[in-house]
Amino acid sequence: MTFPEELKYSRSDEWVKFLDDSTALVGITDYAQSEMGDLVFINLPVVGDATEKETAMCDIESVKAVSDVICPLSGEILEVNEDLADAPETLNADPYGAWIAKIGNISETEELLTAAEYRAYRNC
Amino acid sequence: MGSYVPHTAAQRAEMLAAVGVKSLDELYQSVPSEMLLNGKLNIPAGLSELEVREAVTAMAEKNKVYKTVLRGAGSYRHFIPAVVKSVTSREELVTCYTPYQAEISQGVLQGVFEFQTMICELTGMDVSNASHYDGATAAAETIPMCKDRKRTKAYVSATVNPQVIETMQTYCFASNTELVVIPAKDGKTDPEALQAALGADAACFLMQQPNYYGLIEDAEALGAAVHAAGAKFVMSVNPIACALLKTPRACGADIVVADGQPLGLDTAFGGPYLGIMATTSAMTRKLPGRIVGETHDVDGNTGYVLTLSAREQHIRREKASSNICSNQALCAFTAGVYMAAMGENGMKQCARLCLSKAHYFAAELEKIGCKLKYTGEFFHEFVTEVACPNCRARILDALDQAGILGGEAVDGGILWCVTELVSKAQLDRAVAIVKEVL
Amino acid sequence: MKLIFELGAEGRGLSLMPPCDVPEVRLSDERTEALRLPHVSENELTRHYSALCKRIHGVNDGFYPLGSCTMKYNPKIDEDMAALPGFTQLHPLQPEGTVQGALEAYHTLGGALCEIFGMDDVSFQPAAGAHGEFTGVMLIKAYHVDRGDLNRTKIIVPDSAHGTNPATAAMCGFEVVNIPSGADGCVDLDALRAAVGPDTAGLMLTNPNTVGIFDKNILEITKIVHDAGGLCYYDGANLNAIMGVVRPGDMGFDCIHSNLHKTFATPHGGGGPGAGVCGCKAFLRKYMPGPLVVKKDGVYAFDYPEKSIGRVKMFYGNFAVVIRALTYVLSLGKAGIEDAAKCAVLNANYMKARLSDKFDMAYEGICMHEFVMTLVKLHDETGCSALDLAKGMLDFGLHPPTMYFPLIVHEALMVEPCETESKELMDEVCDIYCKLYDMAYENPQALHDAPVSTPVRRLDEVAAARNMVLRYQFS
Repeated sequence: MTFPEELKYSRSDEWVKFLDDSTALVGITDYAQSEMGDLVFINLPVVGDATEKETAMCDIESVKAVSDVICPLSGEILEVNEDLADAPETLNADPYGAWIAKIGNISETEELLTAAEYRAYRNC
Repeated sequence: MGSYVPHTAAQRAEMLAAVGVKSLDELYQSVPSEMLLNGKLNIPAGLSELEVREAVTAMAEKNKVYKTVLRGAGSYRHFIPAVVKSVTSREELVTCYTPYQAEISQGVLQGVFEFQTMICELTGMDVSNASHYDGATAAAETIPMCKDRKRTKAYVSATVNPQVIETMQTYCFASNTELVVIPAKDGKTDPEALQAALGADAACFLMQQPNYYGLIEDAEALGAAVHAAGAKFVMSVNPIACALLKTPRACGADIVVADGQPLGLDTAFGGPYLGIMATTSAMTRKLPGRIVGETHDVDGNTGYVLTLSAREQHIRREKASSNICSNQALCAFTAGVYMAAMGENGMKQCARLCLSKAHYFAAELEKIGCKLKYTGEFFHEFVTEVACPNCRARILDALDQAGILGGEAVDGGILWCVTELVSKAQLDRAVAIVKEVL
Repeated sequence: MKLIFELGAEGRGLSLMPPCDVPEVRLSDERTEALRLPHVSENELTRHYSALCKRIHGVNDGFYPLGSCTMKYNPKIDEDMAALPGFTQLHPLQPEGTVQGALEAYHTLGGALCEIFGMDDVSFQPAAGAHGEFTGVMLIKAYHVDRGDLNRTKIIVPDSAHGTNPATAAMCGFEVVNIPSGADGCVDLDALRAAVGPDTAGLMLTNPNTVGIFDKNILEITKIVHDAGGLCYYDGANLNAIMGVVRPGDMGFDCIHSNLHKTFATPHGGGGPGAGVCGCKAFLRKYMPGPLVVKKDGVYAFDYPEKSIGRVKMFYGNFAVVIRALTYVLSLGKAGIEDAAKCAVLNANYMKARLSDKFDMAYEGICMHEFVMTLVKLHDETGCSALDLAKGMLDFGLHPPTMYFPLIVHEALMVEPCETESKELMDEVCDIYCKLYDMAYENPQALHDAPVSTPVRRLDEVAAARNMVLRYQFS
């Protein structure tokens, strides 16, 4: 499993890539996709909606389970990765390329982990 | 007493010993003793098969079975080909559970996949579920499919079967949803009232085609008005009429629901029937209930499975949009066998017979002085004006005495229904009886 | 196997209806789209469906220990009775005077069920278990609303509950409060006490619970909820363990649903139709969906409760299912009902005892009508999961137990043998389970590859969900 150094991680298994101080991409980690197994659907968030840190912004489905994607940031959904609607399997194949949402106007950020801390947290 | 427990006394003793208890009662040691019935269940003693057959048959014989039925209003006696019951009484099919173990359930799964295909053909829609409880619950469950944060209000036409409206109201009371009834004008949905009522918070509008009074509504125009307001257009249809009427899809429907009872199911005092639900590809994941999909096995052979399960209650729990688990699978299978037996020609012939005979009956009633309450085009149901309740009762009683179940008494008239089962001779006889009473 | 659309030939069909004996009528705007239904002969049609039926495993085909589904034998007399024309040919809107036998059937079964449930009235309108749950929770909602007690917005559900429970509560507009189960699989009383309050509308509970244990604290549980002003709803999914032995009404429950297609032996039909009769105590009767059947001066009639929540479906219920259940209850009667429950419990405990040497049980001790095995150790040591073992059973002609439920048990297999299975068969089945257990250690690959003798092998569910082929595509 890989956990790129340049990303930050949440305890609920999302990664955050800051584009600048108030904008970031959010996706799910390699660990999350591997725990969920083959993903078959993502219920994408809606552009323009507000996000609140530590609150679900959308959910993803495998054949036997559904899991919330928790947004680590309070802000606003600027953009969503529409490609995932037709190809949710990208979340399995390339979890760090498959960003889910671009969050802007970030006002608050939950306490995030570094790659090393996250690796230790998940013991992998 | 009847019993289906196979154990001999010796086996019971052997099994109790293996468990390590002395009696059956000891198995209930965790039940607080003050609660135990200790044999005080107050119901009659059991019966042998012969006795129970007599008792239940006696109940059946107390009911009146009409030779001629001229009543519909949500339940329709149609001709059922012999193959339908022959196939659907097979015990494998009758006694199996929901097909969780796909490898040993391909028969049910493929049968339902074929049913889904036939429903799509009948309605013109892209996708169908494996059935809901009945037409009314299917109608009620379209509302959560359409609601979102901004669009929270549901609308239904007053020309929909009143029991369907009532069921929708119950479900809306449950989910704290406002349900607005759009009034009728001359027996049909008032398009102006609909247009005026739909606002930015409108989630969906449900109409019935043909409507409760048998009339054929201008579905396309209603659909256009609904879409103009940005809401979803839901049609509740009669599946037999679908063979002749413009498809709901062609009328712009986003969701189609129906009670599938006319497709080979007995009227059976109201159930079991089945709810049909079909929609567009875009709304597939909003559909409640089981859906069967095609796939392949590890050897590459085609097979069928329950799919898109993550929509459902057993996975999504309180976030599921519906709690449905058991559906009416055997009824859906039955509808599939019926449609396969009828084929395109049979379905169209059946619908044509219903349509033609209903018009013949209406015309004959008019000849003897009955007046049709509404002037619009109708399918196999229509309303004759009979203002006073006593006159309605007199007509229906006279028919009843001749073994004919007359139409349903509705406000200001009688709602008649004619299906392919009723011959011209029977219709003429009914007309003669009505004539005498008038 | 071919789909029915791939059989037959254009122009072929059955000869079913006579020519029209009145002038043919056309509508001004008729359907122009093709209606692509099969073109098959009667022979082709019946062979097709016979072939499909051979690819189905029903209760009549063998052991079917699907936990929490109560797949007991479906008596043939019940089918005969439901097929009587005096029932099948009734129109639901016939005058009451012409359906006295049908109303008597409802009333007679209703009376017996009230006694078995410990309730005062029943409605047969709900079509299935989840539909009965909906009706029951709506009674709770109507009760609070009617009293102006509008702050009761929460329904408490244990984490071991069937998914229908939280889904039902949410559908009824309630917020769901999930409470954890104790180490013994029962309700954690402290967690319950902490969860109740002035916002509690009610509790939904299955007892025996979904791990097959009778909650010994049941009186305390219902008291805690009542003291907080909430009502208690009994999920009757597991009623088969206790019918005639102990009554939900005596446990302190206010309303209940029961699955006639589980406890009362009506067949499941590949997923339905069932019937989810809803029962209630007298103080909730006025909220019941109408109509109910009453008997006045020897005459049966429909009665519409004054503050009814309204209909939950058309007409009165899945009548033909009710006739089957009536036949079953009349057959078994007082002693037979009780014996059926006790033997269901005996069978489960017998299998549990026989399997305990090899299999880890999720909960030790005497169980009710079902028990849960946990295959975590087997999975860790052999790589064979509960799924693999279940698929291995298919090659022995056995329907597997319920897999991966309840969610609180890992690698769960939940076995509910039912009272109608013989000791000989259960002995045979236990031997097979043990053989499969050994196979997991000796030849795990064989289990990963199972089944090999079924009409199709393991199916690709991921591809099904991703590709969404949900209907036949005509070329």
